[in-house]
Amino acid sequence: MDRVTPQVLDSELSLARPAFAGTSWKHEINVRDFIQNNVTPYTGDETFLASPTERTLALWKQVLKLMEEERAKKGTLDMDTEIVSTITSHEPGYIDKPLEQIVGLQTDKPLKRALMPFGGIKIAEKAAAAYGYKVSKSVHDVFTYYRKTHNDGVFDGYTENVRKARSAHLLTGLPDGYGRGRIIGDYRRVALYGIDRLIEDRKVQHAALDHNINEETIRLREELSEQLRALNELKAMAASYGCDISKPARNAKEAVQWTYFGYLASVKEQNGAAMSLGRVSTFLDIFIERDLDAGLITETEAQEYIDHLIMKLRMIRFARTPEYNDLFSGDPVWVTESIGGMGIDGRTLVTKTSFRFLHTLTNLGPAPEPNLTVLWSNNLPDAFKKYCAHMSITSSAIQYENDDLMRPYWGDDYGIACCVSAMRIGKQMQFFGARANLAKTLLYAINGGRDEISGKQVGPAMQPVSGDVLKFDEVMPKFDAMMDYVAQTYMDALNVIHYMHDKYCYERIEMALHDRDILRTMACGIAGLSIVTDSLSAMKYATVKVKRDNRGLAVDFETEGEYPCYGNNDDRVDAIAVDLVERFMKKLKNLKTYRNAMPTQSILTITSNVVYGKNTGTTPDGRKGGEPFAPGANPMHGRDKKGALASLSSVAKLPYQHSQDGISNTFSIIPGALGKTNHGRKDNLAGLLDGYFMSGGHHLNVNVFARETLMDAMDHPEKYPQLTIRVSGYAVNFIKLTREQQLDVIHRTFHQCV
Amino acid sequence: MSVNVEGYVHSVETGGAVDGPGLRFVVFLSGCQLRCLYCHNPDTWHMKDAKKTGVAHLLNEVLLYAHYLKRTGGGVTCTGGEPLTQPEFVTAFFQGCKAMGLHTALDTNGFLGEHANDALLNATDLVLLDIKAWDPGVYKGLTGVELAPTLRFAERLAEMGKPTWLRYVLVPGWTDNLEHVTELAEYAAKLKIEKVEVLPFHKMGEPKWEALKIPYQLKDTQPPEPELIAHVKEIFVSYGLKTV
Repeated sequence: MDRVTPQVLDSELSLARPAFAGTSWKHEINVRDFIQNNVTPYTGDETFLASPTERTLALWKQVLKLMEEERAKKGTLDMDTEIVSTITSHEPGYIDKPLEQIVGLQTDKPLKRALMPFGGIKIAEKAAAAYGYKVSKSVHDVFTYYRKTHNDGVFDGYTENVRKARSAHLLTGLPDGYGRGRIIGDYRRVALYGIDRLIEDRKVQHAALDHNINEETIRLREELSEQLRALNELKAMAASYGCDISKPARNAKEAVQWTYFGYLASVKEQNGAAMSLGRVSTFLDIFIERDLDAGLITETEAQEYIDHLIMKLRMIRFARTPEYNDLFSGDPVWVTESIGGMGIDGRTLVTKTSFRFLHTLTNLGPAPEPNLTVLWSNNLPDAFKKYCAHMSITSSAIQYENDDLMRPYWGDDYGIACCVSAMRIGKQMQFFGARANLAKTLLYAINGGRDEISGKQVGPAMQPVSGDVLKFDEVMPKFDAMMDYVAQTYMDALNVIHYMHDKYCYERIEMALHDRDILRTMACGIAGLSIVTDSLSAMKYATVKVKRDNRGLAVDFETEGEYPCYGNNDDRVDAIAVDLVERFMKKLKNLKTYRNAMPTQSILTITSNVVYGKNTGTTPDGRKGGEPFAPGANPMHGRDKKGALASLSSVAKLPYQHSQDGISNTFSIIPGALGKTNHGRKDNLAGLLDGYFMSGGHHLNVNVFARETLMDAMDHPEKYPQLTIRVSGYAVNFIKLTREQQLDVIHRTFHQCV
Repeated sequence: MSVNVEGYVHSVETGGAVDGPGLRFVVFLSGCQLRCLYCHNPDTWHMKDAKKTGVAHLLNEVLLYAHYLKRTGGGVTCTGGEPLTQPEFVTAFFQGCKAMGLHTALDTNGFLGEHANDALLNATDLVLLDIKAWDPGVYKGLTGVELAPTLRFAERLAEMGKPTWLRYVLVPGWTDNLEHVTELAEYAAKLKIEKVEVLPFHKMGEPKWEALKIPYQLKDTQPPEPELIAHVKEIFVSYGLKTV
């Protein structure tokens, strides 16, 4: 590239003056540099915010009506059964064209779910059948007889061990039957550079691979070619909505629209488990500020663009199977948007548009999507902290992640994919790996690799515990050995899955909005941390007697004596949890990964804690077979007896350096327990977040409401269409949860005091 | 301060937001002379039922949460039971907390106010004083003890200029006599009480009474209506007092 002549000319960028500052980003694709040179940090309060326009209210009313119809039709309004969804497969769709300031739908009609069979035709057909639809014969035939899918490929590659571990629910939720997701395209690039410039850049990179042809470069060349096609299709899709996105966005409205088109292209083509947005709010603020300064728009108009963008994001839908819904209940999409945080130069990245995004929870009412994620730092402006706390108290729709903890790892232009997975935007992606069931692993160690429910030999036939009492020193080596087997089997499964996903269900538009050379992480995970921790503590500090059935399997336990439980800030037991995290991570690190991905792990369950529990027998901590696990890294409910700060402190001890894909904690409190006045509640919640993150905590979901509200919502869902609640890593519409999951949420600890 | 003092600590709550300003580390000390009919912690009546804890141990535990407490202008609260049954322990504990830069609050019924010497009160930033009833007869019926010591303590705090919040539990049939409330408000205003907390009676303590096999006499008493609570607050406000 010629480094003297800017590739993006100021004249192309702006109708308004002054032009944007900085040089580096004009020569190369570098959105961060653009932000750093042009951001206007905002340290004031929320009083500048504007109410929704008539247009916004009228449009939102129509959307709410559609959502109500959707609920009445058992959760799916309409589904495509003929057209295989691609970026350009559908005619433009509208809700009410004259009202829409930001346009673009996944299909030709609002809330109509697209048909995406590349992940697996059987799964697509099952998803359709669950709602009374049937995939057309021609699509069925093409994907059954002529075009192989990701799902087919995976099962060609799976080993016997993986198959056994999978059907025994030792490994659960693997993305072998659904899109892996968790890849964030840098959708801002569309607005900042325009498609033509991005195509140019791809062509140069493609040409750079003309030499040294080997397996790796062939794959990359093919991927780059796919990406080029996707970029051209993105341009064509935007053109069908009457927008020419070949050049950079010239004003705020175009910046919002162009960015959304980039995201829209990806959700037209990929039914990924989590389709996150990235970190667009502060980027968009730069365009908005410029237009406001030039007097081209008013605050009301600026808010309207954001309200309309958010409305679109709330309407993203995918066709999913009942099994998927059991795991991840409530129709989540994880349109995660990361808000705020600090720059590495010490300036805050909170802007007025950070407020505008959160303000949609007021203008449009609470909703689970987009998954609004505040990157919290001790140094965030006070007024913003208090506004966040206020919005959490009124909506329960926000999650918080520790920017001070993550910035040293990922810089100041990372975003969160899904719930807790940080990645540098456009420079990093992950191979999503769901999670291994650590509680079952412990039972396998006790039972010599036999499944406690089916009795089958699933794991290696090791010597089971033979005595009547579980002794910590006897169980731990067996458990460690069983973890070796699980880690290996787990990594085998993930390597196969991601090999096949790249091959048969490649995310071409998302990857077109990445650098060519990126960091890949292999994002493993564990479920059942608190159960295993308490079980081992019971063995260490009390007497755990084993009860075996006629198959000789330990199926029940009786504990005599007292032992410390995780969640009380007691080092005796918290150290066990820390050890487990480090121990499993070390095992993962020793394994070879597909595309040399860097292994990481998360402690996150989403709502799958219910399904894991259902498929796991009685555990030595006293949890009965079938009962749910605690979500994420939470202590088991009712066992954290010393109040909220002790509970938070236990979780904050888990080491992020050994769990770089995130550590999820969900915190629920009744409003009265946060303080006696609104003002006091805001201050106390902000202080609690400061304290938790200063202690090294990674993530916190904050729910503020009374248990009675949830009970009433179970009985009268029609009264609570927008009741939003945070579960492990995301928010859901409470009334969309299965009854089982609703009960699980209600049974969990609600702190009566902070 | 002496770090060797031991006290009978029933339990701790690592975060409270309703017993003084900000987030608080709340210590429940055991032992109480009163037998309030609505008591929600009857398991803290007898001092020796609890575990003996060294003040240094407790201070170490507080230290784990100091950063939470300080961020919100909070601190520690001693409640119970009745903390003034263990004045030496409270003094040593509060002195330690002050050294950490934490705000200290004493939640007391004032009956043992004479046990609070100057050292204890000097280490106390705020007193949450429960006056359970204004009429001495009602007070005795409700608590089993005389009202006078509590009022003497209230007046002493006022003379010292010690920041004090008045707590008044509103129990229908017992403390809802509006004339009594008015007289109490007049008295509180004279003492320059900083804030009045009107706490509606609730039955959350009832299961504990059952567990301890003590007959609960307020079975049929209902929590006060919102209108009554509002009215009682208005009376305090009419005397220039701040209420929550």
